[in-house]
Amino acid sequence: MVSNPLTRNIDLSRPPFDLAAYEAVDGYRGLREIARGLEPSDVLDKVKDSGLKGRGGAGFPTGLKWSFVPMGDDAPKQKYFVVNADEMEPGTFKDRLLMEGDPHLLIDGMIIASYAIQANTAYIFLRGEYTESERILRKALAEARERGYLGNNILDTGFDLEIILHTSAGRYICGEETALLNALEGKRANPRAKPPFPQVSGLWGKPTIVNNVETVCNLPGIMAWGIDWYRGLTKGNDHGTKLFGVSGKVRSPGCWELPLGTPIRELMEVYAGGMRDGLELKGFLPGGGSTDFMLPEHLDLNLDYDDIAGAGSRLATGTMIVLDSQTCPVGMIGNLMTFFSHESCGYCTPCRDGLPWVNEIFRAFEAGKGSHRDLAILEEHVDYLGPGKTFCALAPGATAPLGSGLRYFREDFERHISEQRCPYKQ
Amino acid sequence: MNTEENQLIASTTVAADYLRETEIAEIEHERTLYPDARAVGLEALKIVQKHRGWVSDESLRAVAEYLRLPIAELEGVATFFNLIYRRPVGRNVILYCNSVSCWIMGCEQVKDKIAGELGIDFGETTTDGNFTLIPVPCLGDCDRAPVMMVGPDQHRNLDRADLGAIFAQYRKGKE
Ligand SMILES: Cc1cc2nc3c(=O)[nH]c(=O)nc-3n(C[C@H](O)[C@H](O)[C@H](O)COP(=O)(O)O)c2cc1C
Ligand code: SF4
Ligand code: FES
Repeated sequence: MVSNPLTRNIDLSRPPFDLAAYEAVDGYRGLREIARGLEPSDVLDKVKDSGLKGRGGAGFPTGLKWSFVPMGDDAPKQKYFVVNADEMEPGTFKDRLLMEGDPHLLIDGMIIASYAIQANTAYIFLRGEYTESERILRKALAEARERGYLGNNILDTGFDLEIILHTSAGRYICGEETALLNALEGKRANPRAKPPFPQVSGLWGKPTIVNNVETVCNLPGIMAWGIDWYRGLTKGNDHGTKLFGVSGKVRSPGCWELPLGTPIRELMEVYAGGMRDGLELKGFLPGGGSTDFMLPEHLDLNLDYDDIAGAGSRLATGTMIVLDSQTCPVGMIGNLMTFFSHESCGYCTPCRDGLPWVNEIFRAFEAGKGSHRDLAILEEHVDYLGPGKTFCALAPGATAPLGSGLRYFREDFERHISEQRCPYKQ
Repeated sequence: MNTEENQLIASTTVAADYLRETEIAEIEHERTLYPDARAVGLEALKIVQKHRGWVSDESLRAVAEYLRLPIAELEGVATFFNLIYRRPVGRNVILYCNSVSCWIMGCEQVKDKIAGELGIDFGETTTDGNFTLIPVPCLGDCDRAPVMMVGPDQHRNLDRADLGAIFAQYRKGKE
């Protein structure tokens, strides 16, 4: 049985599979099932039963999310399915691999999802800088259109679907799903108030589902090989496989598809090859720049949503950023704060004014001018910018590495103050 | 700009004169993909930028007139997004990743080398008009950090790369 449904066709040393090659290995089987009479509600039930959770960061159950979309004769005729391909979370490099390695997998998944919610228009919201992904996806979309897998009355099902590739004009906040909808509508990408949730009133006020690239890439396997197979993939409590990445000063940084529930130690030591010579692991962000630090003592936990949450962090994107013993934690967090303060959309005050202040303080620490008063201000901001205090999750995302960093690497902050310089600089 | 706020311009003839035929054709294609002019507005700015390198005030006004959008609104959109350039840029834009994984892998030192090689800092353009250097968040290749884009091309593992050779390719007029 297939054990790596997301990456089984990926080999970056050759061009990705074209439609015929993809189809020859069980591709577009979901569409064929649909042509044989599978109802949208059957697709929804399968996805619900699979236990698939969103891979975009929040880990929300995909089937449950879809179930809020109005269905039936009274539902609005126009609905939208949107793929979030804005990958911009610092340290995250997984969606690119999927799009450039196996573009038909994403299109296959989009057809399944769009059919389930009966959306006739789907957008791929692609990061503007991903020029290679754009080229590869455009080619694959043209093939699918030519083959009649997109367009009107697909395979005589009566179902119509157009997929439109939209390239973003840039900014991290566009990845937040309601800001993304504003960007698609050609507006400034500020997030929207919820409710109403996009499932009911989203793009141009119509019911809309936004899912991450990797989430969507799970769907073809679920349709082709079924629930039992899918639920059998895991080593832990959550279902399926996931892309896990490691960057930083490890021997072989990279991105691999592993069963959920794989021990973190295995990812770090077997796949990433452990730390480079002469370096020790000091900590790591388990799922991109918006997650809380974890420590070497957490290595024996599993890559599972609950396990990671138990250690006070989040699995989120599953791409780890490794902090080694010779890299300054204050500098690393300072780099993240610069990112978050630049990327604040400016809509709400705590984030717009708070993040630049936090960033200034890190610049002071770097310049050897940090004080205990500054440290207290940083502590306060972990609270001011925390969950529930701002309009969207960007600012709380910033407080994750900040708050955990202050807690775990206190001594490093203290040394910057007492020595009035960065102790990591020669 | 204030006097033009919320002004809707009825005539598209001025815009039609300013915009080139290929630009108009591409904008019209975008119209088929989105249900309203506002969404097309952002796409139209990208189209004009693709052909002219950046979005000047004249370009912005022409797009607004052509699509009958309020200029102030389009301006607000244009300035919000990073990849819409409201100032002239060099023939090749260097998008230099300064996010966390690249930072750990020494992107600041490599950036100093680039700045030395080209004689420019972030936000600046070389005197020969060949390059503009702009910082950008994570380029999604963190396992091969440090990373940058030159024009549409991604360049990885920059700590081991021959930067001079990379830039030479673009100086010779490659794309
Ligand atoms: C500031 C911010 C940026 C985000 N960026 C992305 C992104 O680039 N890609 C993504 O899939 N989700 C991103 N998200 C999460 C989305 O809002 C949303 O939860 C996700 O696309 C839902 O997809 P899923 O249910 O398939 O996980 C971001 C969230 C926030 C708050
Ligand atoms: S938290 Fe920040 S990014 Fe989110 S809405 Fe407020 S200002 Fe914008
Ligand atoms: S941090 Fe530079 S490519 Fe991801």
